[in-house]
Amino acid sequence: MNITVSILLFGGLFFFTGGCIGILRFPDFYSRLHPAGKLDTMGLFLSMTALALYSLGGFSIGEILNGIKIMMIVAFVFITSPTATHAIVDAGVRAGFEPWKKHK
Amino acid sequence: MPAHEKENIYKEQSYPQQGKDFSEPSRFSLSFFITFFVCLITWLVFSGKFDLFHISLGIISSAIVGFVSGDLLLSFPKTAKTSHQLFRLIKYLPWLSYQILLASIHVMYLVYHPKMMDLIDPAIIRFDSRLKSELAHYVFANSITLTPGTITIHVSIYGNYAVHAIDKPSAESLPGEMEERIAKIFGD
Repeated sequence: MNITVSILLFGGLFFFTGGCIGILRFPDFYSRLHPAGKLDTMGLFLSMTALALYSLGGFSIGEILNGIKIMMIVAFVFITSPTATHAIVDAGVRAGFEPWKKHK
Repeated sequence: MPAHEKENIYKEQSYPQQGKDFSEPSRFSLSFFITFFVCLITWLVFSGKFDLFHISLGIISSAIVGFVSGDLLLSFPKTAKTSHQLFRLIKYLPWLSYQILLASIHVMYLVYHPKMMDLIDPAIIRFDSRLKSELAHYVFANSITLTPGTITIHVSIYGNYAVHAIDKPSAESLPGEMEERIAKIFGD
């Protein structure tokens, strides 16, 4: 159990790190949103699953409810994250940012 | 501008899904009970207390919420068709999660690759979707955004999509299999 939790937590941290490095490395506004909006979602999913499993020690009702609550966080982030990313992209288009292109 | 011309313009610009049944449903219909049970289960999960006092509080407040806003959660009368759609939507979720995982790993590969600037090729691609209902467009646009490598920029009510894709393989995967599966869910 502990091993599974650790693997999931490290996987989540790996995705979060990837998100941060991606924000720093990618060339422009639009492509920076790709790692920012979605690797975070994946990282949150993995690390929250780890926490839900970790709190699920003895299968009593309170612990199961805790697990469900933690998974509810993931469900809500899965709904809000694409919406927020889309809102930011839309704001960028309206403000007139030109997307970066490799072949000019 | 004469009054009847104004009316015509308004008709042309209105949404294409006309002819819906907007008649007032009865207060204690099926949507009331569905809303009531969804609220009650949420209450039980979040309160975590199962004594008489807390459960009766939950029943009272869920009943009030279901009574006042039961027609918000399920605003359409065709319940049998809707439940089929909901069932197929739930069957769609594991496939979507798998796609998200694959695509996340792909973006991770791009992020950590030393020659990242040669691999990426950001572009805005446009395509027309054959989906019809609003809910199908909603699910499709959010699925595109959730799948890393692609972000929906704009969806028009006629199904014209503008999508920002980070590289060639992400761009080529659209609309593709995802649209077919969503079309199957909503029967479009």
